[in-house]
Amino acid sequence: MTMSPQLSSDPSDFYSQSFSKGARENTLILNMGPQHPSTHGVLRVIVELDGEYIVRAEPVLGYIHRMHEFMGQKKTYTQYLPNMGRVDYLHATAWNWAYVGAVEQLAGIEVPERAEYIRVLTCEINRICSHLVWWGAYLLDLGAFTPILYAFEDREFLLDILQRVTGSRLTYCYFRFGGVYADVDDKFIDDTRTFIQRFRKRLKMYEALVTKNFILRKRCEDIGVLSVQTARKYGCTGPVIRGSGVPYDVRRAVPYSVYPELDFEIPTFSEGDAMARYMVRLKEMEQSLRIMEQVMDRMPDGDIQGKTPKTLKPPKGETYFAVEGARGKIGVHLVSDGSATPYRVKLRAPGYSNLSCFAELSKGTLIADAVSILGSLDLVIPEIDR
Amino acid sequence: MTSIKNALAGLWSLVVGMGITGKYFTAPLVTVFYPRQEAENIETYRGHVELVGKEDEAGVPLCIACGQCARQCPSQCITVSAKVAPADPAESKDGKPAKPKRLKTPGVFQLDYNLCSLCGQCVQVCPVDSLRYSNNVYFAVFTRQETNIDLLERLERQAKEGK
Repeated sequence: MTMSPQLSSDPSDFYSQSFSKGARENTLILNMGPQHPSTHGVLRVIVELDGEYIVRAEPVLGYIHRMHEFMGQKKTYTQYLPNMGRVDYLHATAWNWAYVGAVEQLAGIEVPERAEYIRVLTCEINRICSHLVWWGAYLLDLGAFTPILYAFEDREFLLDILQRVTGSRLTYCYFRFGGVYADVDDKFIDDTRTFIQRFRKRLKMYEALVTKNFILRKRCEDIGVLSVQTARKYGCTGPVIRGSGVPYDVRRAVPYSVYPELDFEIPTFSEGDAMARYMVRLKEMEQSLRIMEQVMDRMPDGDIQGKTPKTLKPPKGETYFAVEGARGKIGVHLVSDGSATPYRVKLRAPGYSNLSCFAELSKGTLIADAVSILGSLDLVIPEIDR
Repeated sequence: MTSIKNALAGLWSLVVGMGITGKYFTAPLVTVFYPRQEAENIETYRGHVELVGKEDEAGVPLCIACGQCARQCPSQCITVSAKVAPADPAESKDGKPAKPKRLKTPGVFQLDYNLCSLCGQCVQVCPVDSLRYSNNVYFAVFTRQETNIDLLERLERQAKEGK
């Protein structure tokens, strides 16, 4: 049985090429999604089941493809900025940063130190927001309803804090070439400090309520064990590869901004199962709190906006800039032909690589465990499809 | 023996969880009952853009109708055109009728909020700071046409209401 879909004049879609002919005796082909509650958006997974066990699974993408990369070629450098908040709406500031950083590298724009610190601060706040949404939604997948309400209660504080400077609550368009849109004020700093104290207690509560919970451990431990080789093969990054024991973090591997001056750890767990990925994210939230504290202590006074030319025309050439997002390495490959619009913008979405290992991970597992694996990869479908 | 221990520890973890749930069950409410109550965080919200009036003449915008905001906008949702004064026959030369004069004040300033992504580039690019974010949180309409806001009319209305 061959299952590689080939380019041909056959008008049938992926499903009929790979799966409708492929069902064997005693197996059942089931369509999970695109409108399935556990797929967090419009992800379609086709699974072949033998009883309740998965024989093979295949994610089908493209249901929320919005041509972000092509839009980059049609708009000027500044006009493309609001797109970046919408690629991955949960960690919008990291995408802001990846694009803005790439343009700054290409055009040689200097960023004032205060702006760098503000960037780190908002990026880390946003990372906690993103992890909280993941935490709530993942537990919702596993059948626990209460945690998402606690997570969203805490997230509400952070959204209020971010709203002070960005003006919006989800799709931020906050970073500008050479700086940020608005300066942080004293209330912002005070609120953040109050939140850090509060959240440390809440994290302990999360641990007692959920992490140590017997039922959760049964649903996560030894489920979807991802070996280092597989993770590397598929290009997994972020908490997914750190859950397999590889301490790869762009903030340390390819340091950018003021991260080298800050003291924080990269949590890694070597088990490689869903529980390890869960633990990495919880520990990351603690580290983000540490970073936020240091940044607020060290934040210098000064400008928040560096000098930028009025009409931005970076010189001919190409550049690649990567930042660490909540889901992994976010990269922007930018090619300029010297005009006011980019020649090509390639966006590297971490979720895309993280999802590709799902087919291998879910082989031979129960369908309920596959839902757990899918959730533990922390997928944001709009980011994967771009 | 270890399995019994594990089972007991597991059961205890459920008791701890129930304890936390019980504690929060008696805790005060954190949500608000909209529309009877309003959330407290709306003053920092940045809604659609609006025009800023002159200090001495609140109903007239600072805008000079240069159109930079319309060109900068990623979604082309702003329409600006300058007010045109009718031609003055006294200025006609050599028998040719005088050209209508383009004034430095907008005659049309429309914002199609349907397309706007609230990026704020129009606010930043404006040379006379005639644009700012409004605080219009409760913006709901019945038809799509209503999202096309006439900002000049909005400014006049605000000036009348004395805001």
